[in-house]
Amino acid sequence: MSKFRYPRIASNEITPEAVWQSRRDWMRSAGALAASSSLAGLSAVSLAASNSTYAALNAETNKRFLVMDPVTPEKDVISYNNFYEFGLDKGDPFLHAHTLQTSPWTLTIEGEVAQPKTFDIEALLKLAPLEERVYRMRCVEGWSMVIPWVGYSMSTLLKQVEPNANAKYVEFISAAQPGNMPGLSSRVIQWPYNEGLRMDEAMHPLTMLVLGLYGKVLPNQNGAPVRLVVPWKYGFKSAKSIVKIRFLEKQPSSSWMKAAASEYGFYANVNPDVSHPRWSQATERRIGEDGVFSKRRKTLMFNGYGSEVASLYQGMDLSKNY
Amino acid sequence: MMTLSAKQITRLKPFVFLLGLLPLCRWIWLGWHDGLTANPVEFLTRSSGTWALVCLLVTLGVTPLRQALNQPALVRLRRMCGLFTFFYAVLHMLAWSGWDQGFDVSDMSADILKRPFILVGVAAFITMSLLALTSNQFSMKRLGRRWQRLHQLIYLIATLVILHYWWHKAGKHDFQTVSIYAAVVAVLLGWRLIKWSIRQRKFVPVVGSADKRAAVSASGNPET
Repeated sequence: MSKFRYPRIASNEITPEAVWQSRRDWMRSAGALAASSSLAGLSAVSLAASNSTYAALNAETNKRFLVMDPVTPEKDVISYNNFYEFGLDKGDPFLHAHTLQTSPWTLTIEGEVAQPKTFDIEALLKLAPLEERVYRMRCVEGWSMVIPWVGYSMSTLLKQVEPNANAKYVEFISAAQPGNMPGLSSRVIQWPYNEGLRMDEAMHPLTMLVLGLYGKVLPNQNGAPVRLVVPWKYGFKSAKSIVKIRFLEKQPSSSWMKAAASEYGFYANVNPDVSHPRWSQATERRIGEDGVFSKRRKTLMFNGYGSEVASLYQGMDLSKNY
Repeated sequence: MMTLSAKQITRLKPFVFLLGLLPLCRWIWLGWHDGLTANPVEFLTRSSGTWALVCLLVTLGVTPLRQALNQPALVRLRRMCGLFTFFYAVLHMLAWSGWDQGFDVSDMSADILKRPFILVGVAAFITMSLLALTSNQFSMKRLGRRWQRLHQLIYLIATLVILHYWWHKAGKHDFQTVSIYAAVVAVLLGWRLIKWSIRQRKFVPVVGSADKRAAVSASGNPET
């Protein structure tokens, strides 16, 4: 048996502690700088650092709600958002939403109901088994994504409070945290952000209460800790960071209806044949698809969910009820 | 401050050229490092538009700078600034027409009709192309005095470009950045307007001098 001899390192080759410590400090500060730097764009490094910090959620894939299109890369879903409470640019929420206070959080349901209730996030997580559903998301601005959401049908929650016979509409109200949301100083729309659905739309199985994304807890910029997702409507209908749900007899006016009634209606169903007053809705750009030089794709009626939801709008003039 | 000679200014040209290429280098760097955001088409369309506008402001700033610093030879850098403006405007135009619209003429014309801010942008681009085409020594000689008149169209272009940007931002009522650019354009054009009105006023005493007045009244002008 041959004797093993450890290689001897000359003492002048050993890096003194003070030196390696200062190198580590430098690396750390450089990393922090890269993460906080908006000038360099959203570099892959800072994205990788940020999306691993969210806790995993246990969710079963619901095969009824899958789409064949490839899912949008996670880094795009979490870095390209419209969340005006954190700025008007789509890169702003990723940079600024870390200030959102998500805990403690309560969601109050009131209005035309027999049992008004308040839920915390723990209660919402336990209310029903979590499902992963892959939905198309079409923004009114003409871009789209395919997103694996985690949650369950909104109707599961809404049934808890026993809506009464007067309940015709459901209003969703988002959080407004003045100290934590730099975008609230903008006068673009009224705060808090609110949206509304007709009762049958809110109770439709496709309409989802979302607590997670990509198998993890919702990142702040995507509407943490709890949001609405209505896949056949333009993205702005899917209110983020919800604190209140109200059952109403009359149709509520949403933030966007109040801001520009001629441009944003109550229904906001995805419809390639009804243009926005300032641009066509016939096509969309799928984010992250086929690399940098991809072509626009045709927008589908009801975002491809026509077989499930078209019957809700039978006999309605969709160009008037936009 | 010493007045620099034409030769000394000409020596600065390579530096200005490299400076003008910086935005392009930044895009390549960002592209290499996966930094063009989730929507590279949108990012590069907007970025090229912004840099075309910045170059336009620099071009418009040359004349005030020449006079303020008493460096008339700075005019030798102006054409390069103007051509960089055109270069980034071409990329901006290609990003929209080719990349976003796939050079589909019917899609593009529909987009122009639907979105007035695009119409204004296209008008500015066509006008700018005229100036780029006639920016050479040959055209200057051929057009003579008309060359200067033609190139004063840059004032119109600057106004159209601000309108283009303003209308684009009107959708979100997001006027913060565009108003800064609008203010700079207002200063650059306002400065010219003031200079021009001072020049006009200087003529008044000449017209109003005693012998001129006599000449005018002799001609039967009722004004006196």
